[in-house]
Amino acid sequence: MVEMPKNDLQGTLELLVLKSLAQMGELHGYGIALHIQRASDEMLRVEEGSLYPALHRMEQDGWLRSGWKVTETNRKAKYYKLTNAGQKQLQEAEQSFEQLVKGVRALLRYA
Amino acid sequence: MSIFSRVANTFSSSKLTQDVEAELKAHIEMRIADNLAAGMTPEEARRDARLRFGNPRVMGERTAAVDTSMLLESMVRDARYAARQLRKSPAFMITAALTLMLGIGANVVVFGVLNAAILRPLEVPDADRLHMILHHPYGYDSQSYPDFLDWKERNSTFSAMAAYRIRPMGLSIGSAAYKCWVEQVSTNYFDVLGATPAFGRFFHASDEHGANSAPYIVLSDGFWRSHFAANPGIVGATVDLNEHPFTVIGVAPRWFHGIDLFIWPDFWMPAIDEQLVGEDTLQHRFSHNLWVFGKLNSDVTPQQATEDLNSIARELAKENPATDDDLSARLVKPGFFGDTVAAARPFLLAVMVLAALVLLAACTNLASLFAARTADRSRELAIRLAIGSSRWRLLRQMLSEAILISLIGGAAGTVCAAVLLGSLSQWQPFGEFPIHVTVMADARVYIVALALAVCSGLVFGLLPMRQVWSSDSAQVMKGNADSRIRFRRFAFRDLLLGVQIVLCSLLVTASLVALRGMQHSLNAPLGFNPEGVVLAETDLHMTGHSAEAAARIQKRMLGEVAHIPGVTAVGIIDNTPLGTGGSSTAVFREGTTDFRASNSPFVSKFFSVSPSYFVAAGTRLLGGRAFTEQDDVHAPRVAIVNQTFVHKLLGAAIPIGRRFLLPDKQQYEIVGVVEDGKYDSLAEAPGAALFFPLTQAPTSDTTLVVRAALPSVEVVPPLIRTLGNIDPKLPFTIESWHDALAFVLFPARVATAVLGAMGVLAAMLAVTGIFGMAMYSVSKRLRELGIRVALGAQRFQLMRSALEKPVVLLLGGTAIGMLCGVAASTLLAQIVYDATPRDPMVLGGVVGGMTFLGAFATWIPTRRALRIDPSRLLREQ
Repeated sequence: MVEMPKNDLQGTLELLVLKSLAQMGELHGYGIALHIQRASDEMLRVEEGSLYPALHRMEQDGWLRSGWKVTETNRKAKYYKLTNAGQKQLQEAEQSFEQLVKGVRALLRYA
Repeated sequence: MSIFSRVANTFSSSKLTQDVEAELKAHIEMRIADNLAAGMTPEEARRDARLRFGNPRVMGERTAAVDTSMLLESMVRDARYAARQLRKSPAFMITAALTLMLGIGANVVVFGVLNAAILRPLEVPDADRLHMILHHPYGYDSQSYPDFLDWKERNSTFSAMAAYRIRPMGLSIGSAAYKCWVEQVSTNYFDVLGATPAFGRFFHASDEHGANSAPYIVLSDGFWRSHFAANPGIVGATVDLNEHPFTVIGVAPRWFHGIDLFIWPDFWMPAIDEQLVGEDTLQHRFSHNLWVFGKLNSDVTPQQATEDLNSIARELAKENPATDDDLSARLVKPGFFGDTVAAARPFLLAVMVLAALVLLAACTNLASLFAARTADRSRELAIRLAIGSSRWRLLRQMLSEAILISLIGGAAGTVCAAVLLGSLSQWQPFGEFPIHVTVMADARVYIVALALAVCSGLVFGLLPMRQVWSSDSAQVMKGNADSRIRFRRFAFRDLLLGVQIVLCSLLVTASLVALRGMQHSLNAPLGFNPEGVVLAETDLHMTGHSAEAAARIQKRMLGEVAHIPGVTAVGIIDNTPLGTGGSSTAVFREGTTDFRASNSPFVSKFFSVSPSYFVAAGTRLLGGRAFTEQDDVHAPRVAIVNQTFVHKLLGAAIPIGRRFLLPDKQQYEIVGVVEDGKYDSLAEAPGAALFFPLTQAPTSDTTLVVRAALPSVEVVPPLIRTLGNIDPKLPFTIESWHDALAFVLFPARVATAVLGAMGVLAAMLAVTGIFGMAMYSVSKRLRELGIRVALGAQRFQLMRSALEKPVVLLLGGTAIGMLCGVAASTLLAQIVYDATPRDPMVLGGVVGGMTFLGAFATWIPTRRALRIDPSRLLREQ
């Protein structure tokens, strides 16, 4: 299991959020946390509270849109959704992550 | 903690934080619910949720911080960052702020004056319905009392109409008499203006029961404070006006000063009491000396009222053909002595335009400063773009810098302007007259200042942002910068500088034209020689002398003053030419029986003088004789006239011995001819003037013209002693004739001062502009220049390539500016005597001045270019 660091690798946390929203459409913060956990086969677990500053920042950057809605269990929660800019950002983030992984892998295999 | 972040906190603690808290709380509650569903105890469920979430308070604060960052707090951060950036380049900041300060300051002052003189409404109720009713032609536009009564009686368009005139009068308090300015008003005056007394009472139409029936005066607040020590017990007391008792019945409120701009009379009295103070003009329909104003009915337009009044004028012309023949009416907004200000309006507006031009010059300077700064920072900006800073972010930062500078510059300019306006309000341009130039800046002025500052800062500070927007970061960072776009960008900066030089040379031209005109007017042929003359002016009515007594006293004065050591000649005239008094009369040819005004060939100024006046004043007698003691009431009526009078009456015929008639149907014989002179203003065309002997046309207005071989400081004390011996209570105004001319020189002086100030401002801006451009162009090309020096370029070639552009701009701009200045001088000619740009001194002065400015501004950059040491330079870069 990989414990996500709190502040570093900010980009990675953003990538996870963007990807989750791309896969699931609309989610509230708790939903995103659950999705990341489930979809990564319990390997990734974010400190749930740190999602929120990231979500708000991404909303300020125009990647996300948010609105208050009622959940299936009849609770009020704030739902997030990708914007077009967010879609584009996701593509870029995926690419740079691939490169990071490639680079790290290459380094590890360096003999 | 700064005030801004406090504001941000109060803001965020409300709606924003609540939102965040609700969002986080929902999260934790959902987790707890899921945990419970999974079979945990409530205690375990809460603990687990808390562990997974982290500290909710910290998370909440951090989230809220992200939200507030877009608000006030980030603005503060931007401002702090901008301030830090500016602190790093103090030269830039100071230059930019100073530039803006000059531009804004000039505009606020001019707008303040414009606001006070033209825009601000009168401080009386229903000011918008008040109109002055003037007689048609300029200069002859006041009304007579009988006409006023008829206007008032017969019109159907005004709800009320009142009249007033202002004159000096002697007020005795104890044993001393003071010269005061009093408004003689119709008894309904205060009611028409809707004023109520501070205490006591005002007089009303109901107080009027025929001539001399209401010997009351109302004091102004200022006079009550300065002469009666603000003693409320003064109401009911008796004071002597021109030696006749009047009762003080009330004091006007502090703000009240009638309807004339800038004029603050000392007190008010009913005009119908004029005989009590020794005047007798109200009964004459030909005696035009009242200003009439009325309050329009609310449903009547000024147009309808004018038509109504003019139809009354036609009736009056039929009824009184001799006096009202040419009567007509036009309405103007109350201003300064009728519509005297209207004449100054084009000038004021022109000055406003000039001030705007100065601001524009300041702004072009600002724009090129910012452009140079942006160019210097292009590398930094490019790097920031490359590492992912958004263009919006950079724009925002430059915006904050521009706003910061414009606020600093604007605030400094406004403070300077407020100080200047404040001292202007204290200023009494003519000590003798009750004029206060009340031009304190009001809210409107400050709003305009702020708007000007922010707009000019923003627009011109952001112009160079186009560079950032369109720059290619890779290119810029490689350092060979923008060779591609250099041409275009420099063209833009060149244009700015060119505009600035044009403005500068325009203003320099205008101020030189005004200055020369001023100089001409001081040397203009006045028809008298003010050099070495002291004037002592009084009105013998002030101490209650009758007409016969006046003649005796005048004779005694002439005799005794002539014996003062150093006095070479002394004469008396009722009102000096180019003074503020003086009257005109229609003139008729010999044999006329039709004395309607329309039958008169021309109008002439007239004066009463003692025989010795012409010698004392230095007016040359061209033919005939001066008056003698024999020209008295028993002798035939005689007059001395000027050349223009002769020309208008007789053409080329010999004038001596010829006769003419005046509206009193008396015949006058011309016994002498004197040179032409200026009588009302320096810029006037030659006008007719005629002089009566004091003995045949007695007057209580007395101005002693004392010509002395000694300096005036040595003549004035014995003069005061001598006059004091004759009548110790009589107040005199004693000043040199030069000082007395201040009034006529005033417009030209103001014009010269204003244009001079604007010219200096423009010159300063142009110098900094040219300097900045030359300096920048040299520093940008240091390396290139260094290489050229290394390759053996001559100094001259070097200078040429470094300074060619500024010099070409300077020459071209100066030429265009001079052409504009020549065009603008026609406007100036209305105010300044003999204002012509076709004067070698002016043209030479402009060219010389601009060349000097250019040389001054390019001096340091030139030296820098010439001192280039190629080896050091190439090593460093």
